[in-house]
Amino acid sequence: MGYFSNIYHAIRTLLTGMSVTGKYFLNSRKGTITQQYPDNRATLKMFDRFRGEVIMPHDENNEHACTGCQKCEIACPNGTIEIIWDRGIDEDTGKKKKKIDKFVYHLSLCTMCGLCIDVCPTDAIEWGQNFENSVYDRTKLTRVLNEPGSKLRAGVED
Amino acid sequence: MNIALSITKNIHDWLFSIMPETTASIVEMILTALVYLTVFAVAGLFLVLMERRVAAWFQLRIGPNRVGFQGLLQTMADALKLVSKELTGTVKADKFLYNLAPYFVIISALMALGVIPFTKDFQAFDINIGIFFLIAVSSIGVIGILLGGWASNNKFALIGAMRSGVQTISYELSIGLSLLTMILLAGSLQLSEIVEVQKEGWLIVQGHIPAIIAFMIYMIAGTAETNRAPFDMPEAESELGAGFHTEYSGMKFAYFFLAEFINMFLIAAIATTVFFGAWLSPFGITESIPWLGLFWFLAKTFVLVFLMMWFRWTFPRLRVDQLLTLEWKYLLPINLVNIVVMALLVWQNLTIQI
Repeated sequence: MGYFSNIYHAIRTLLTGMSVTGKYFLNSRKGTITQQYPDNRATLKMFDRFRGEVIMPHDENNEHACTGCQKCEIACPNGTIEIIWDRGIDEDTGKKKKKIDKFVYHLSLCTMCGLCIDVCPTDAIEWGQNFENSVYDRTKLTRVLNEPGSKLRAGVED
Repeated sequence: MNIALSITKNIHDWLFSIMPETTASIVEMILTALVYLTVFAVAGLFLVLMERRVAAWFQLRIGPNRVGFQGLLQTMADALKLVSKELTGTVKADKFLYNLAPYFVIISALMALGVIPFTKDFQAFDINIGIFFLIAVSSIGVIGILLGGWASNNKFALIGAMRSGVQTISYELSIGLSLLTMILLAGSLQLSEIVEVQKEGWLIVQGHIPAIIAFMIYMIAGTAETNRAPFDMPEAESELGAGFHTEYSGMKFAYFFLAEFINMFLIAAIATTVFFGAWLSPFGITESIPWLGLFWFLAKTFVLVFLMMWFRWTFPRLRVDQLLTLEWKYLLPINLVNIVVMALLVWQNLTIQI
């Protein structure tokens, strides 16, 4: 390229770049990506694939989908999940049947690898959206995921 | 009535009435220096804030907005923090030069401010070689950078300082020559005279094409002179840590930092004076209210400062060889031709007079 076409291209490309950033500058009000976190705590929504903690959803009858198969406990690489289970009598068939007593989840041990959620055959556990996990007392990180008095939803095992 | 001028006149009369003439003028000089020092230290802090907010807007962020209204006190708080910090140093550093370097940088930046005409008769030091003085004083700053880099006993600092030396020596030429082009048109080195000439149209309008070319060259060289991106090789973060001020901490670091922003203001102020009519209002709309000159001066200066910030957040950093190619192969020859064109223009009376 010649000397003068060099200068021409230099000026043209520099102006192109400046127009791009100039547009960003003018649109900075609308397009701001900064989250002003403690102020927008009420409206802040985490994205779908966010891994905050493992939760066990319960429906309105206080029923969950955990059959106590312990696949998640086996899949967990560092012993985050402990299932304390019991044998109960099935009302319909009268047979002895495994049911969970406590689904213990140690958040302090969890690496958020997600293997327990992948392996769960009944989708009883899933990712929660809570991200404010810091507490003043370490024992609060040990959680029982099934709510007291909850039981297995009918038809999950079929 | 010129408010600023009447205040200074009252103080002047009062000082001369209570003490002998020599003492009074010395006290007056010290007072002026103190006022300039305070005002521009604070102005420098606000420039830092402006830079951070503008940078944030360019990157679709918000920027500091917590300390004070819209973050106005953020840089004040930062400066207070820096004052309270320990002044560290390297073991085998040349202590004397190491401590001296920041003062070179900040004093040269503040000295040059003395001749800037902020509004009519509001100029600390109106000498007949104003532009020459500005060019001379503003290049003293590089000695401070070289000293700081050399005395730190740190290889990154040394490389940064040497790059700064290369850069400043090269681009000083372009600044000088582009201002010389405008001096051909204005016919004087004295800044107040240059402003007087512009009452018949700003010099960038009077000189049309060569003046615009000179302005572009001046802004490029001025950006290089202040060591700002895209010419920030002396302190290239990704290559040299922090460059020449790697080993500085606390207030000495703050001096370097402040000097960079005062220099930026200075480059913009010189451009305002020489190209955009200093404190003259556009089309003389507020000629009857002289103190509005200060507003016009600052408005024009801040537009140019914003332009430099725009450069900074748009362009990637140059390599050293690209930097020298730009100066010696492009800016310098164009500049020399430009001077000849401007001389022809002035000779043939082809300038635009309003």
